Amino acid sequence: MIALLVRDIRLAMRAGGGFGLGLAFFLIAVMLVPFGVGPEGGLLGTIAPGILWIAALLACLLSLDRIFTLDYEDGTLDLLATSPLPMEGVVAMKALAHWLTTGLPLTIAAPVLGLLLNLPESAYYWLVVTFLLGTPALSFIGTFGAALTVGVKRGGLLLSLLVLPLYIPSLTFGAEALRRGAEGMANTVPLLMLAGITLGTIALLPFVAAQAIRINLR
Amino acid sequence: MSIWEYANPKKFMETTARFMPWLVGLTAVTLIPGLAWGYFFTPEAENFGSSVKIIYIHVPSATIAINAWIMMLVASLIWLVRRHHVSALAAKAAAPVGLTMTLIALITGAVWGQPMWGTWWAWDPRLTSFLVLFIFYLGYMALWEAIENPDTAADLTAILCIVGSVFALLSRYAVMFWPQGLHQGASLSMDRAEHVADVYYWPLVLSLIGFGLLFLTLVLYRTRTEVRARRLKALEARERMA
Repeated sequence: MIALLVRDIRLAMRAGGGFGLGLAFFLIAVMLVPFGVGPEGGLLGTIAPGILWIAALLACLLSLDRIFTLDYEDGTLDLLATSPLPMEGVVAMKALAHWLTTGLPLTIAAPVLGLLLNLPESAYYWLVVTFLLGTPALSFIGTFGAALTVGVKRGGLLLSLLVLPLYIPSLTFGAEALRRGAEGMANTVPLLMLAGITLGTIALLPFVAAQAIRINLR
Repeated sequence: MSIWEYANPKKFMETTARFMPWLVGLTAVTLIPGLAWGYFFTPEAENFGSSVKIIYIHVPSATIAINAWIMMLVASLIWLVRRHHVSALAAKAAAPVGLTMTLIALITGAVWGQPMWGTWWAWDPRLTSFLVLFIFYLGYMALWEAIENPDTAADLTAILCIVGSVFALLSRYAVMFWPQGLHQGASLSMDRAEHVADVYYWPLVLSLIGFGLLFLTLVLYRTRTEVRARRLKALEARERMA
């Protein structure tokens, strides 16, 4: 399992692996907002939590169809399916590798972009906390979506249609916890809900996604 | 004699063929009087004017929109557990009907909201969850379209339906965190004291039954079409083999 994780991370880090691409997209998506709504600091500061969350979500989406498609096309996935490793483990490792190469870098980059958006000072701590708690769910839900659409040719657009609605609860709770934290309000409840969704997806979705992969390989 | 006998496509087709005319008739005698009663023979409400009458489309279509998804969920589970093709096809057949009902509920709601709330749309928890439901229907139908092998498609959409249900519920509770919006509480409940006044009650119940029957009729028709399409495909495949 560790070998698979290392392999996936290496593949993602190589040129064309989409590691830098997601981050660059995050940067550009956030950077476009001031062009769209104007450079007023106050307005930007208020909408910054939502913008950062939405941009992270979209950046996450970009690299999803790489999780299984290439392995499916060159037969690696068949090999993994016949190996002694359970498919659930494969899926979980794939999702973890995806998080380590997108969610984690996004979390590290987010405060810098928060600076660009004039995010209030009190919010940086909560920004990192909500991202750390929330982005694993994005990777695990995304892996499930990728497992569903792995057999579909050019399934990228379909994948976003399927996955984005599933991101709504994480997005709502994440942005709400961040907003409340930034304003100094109590945000334990949305924070707990966010963490609960993340833990739930980590615990359950690998099983569902593995089933979807098996159906696709049939 | 068990309900599973109707999982046999042939038996299903024979039985529904006998029921269909009755079902259509029953839909007509509940839906048309229900709507007519609601529209022409109820007084105008205080403060609301005649706009209150949109309730006879809005509430039933919204009810069906949610229940259609639940029906798809049950049919998907039956397909995954017992592998009855009719069940998978019924789930597939229900999706466009549910989508249309969701759309009707959203549009009639907007038409009602414009004069009453002064806005076509508000990010109210109820409205938002319906929009989310709408998107779930779209995704479900898109996945059916995208996969060629019918059994694979049935399996994967069933999985999506189950996971989607969980997330749809989660979204429903997530948006409750927002400040409570403009939409009023439930129009109907077992506790008669809470809901709409008596003059509006019975036509509404009749419309609800009518919409329910309409849903059943449409889904059965569509399922029959799907079964026939599947048979046609099998025949074509056999022809090519010969």
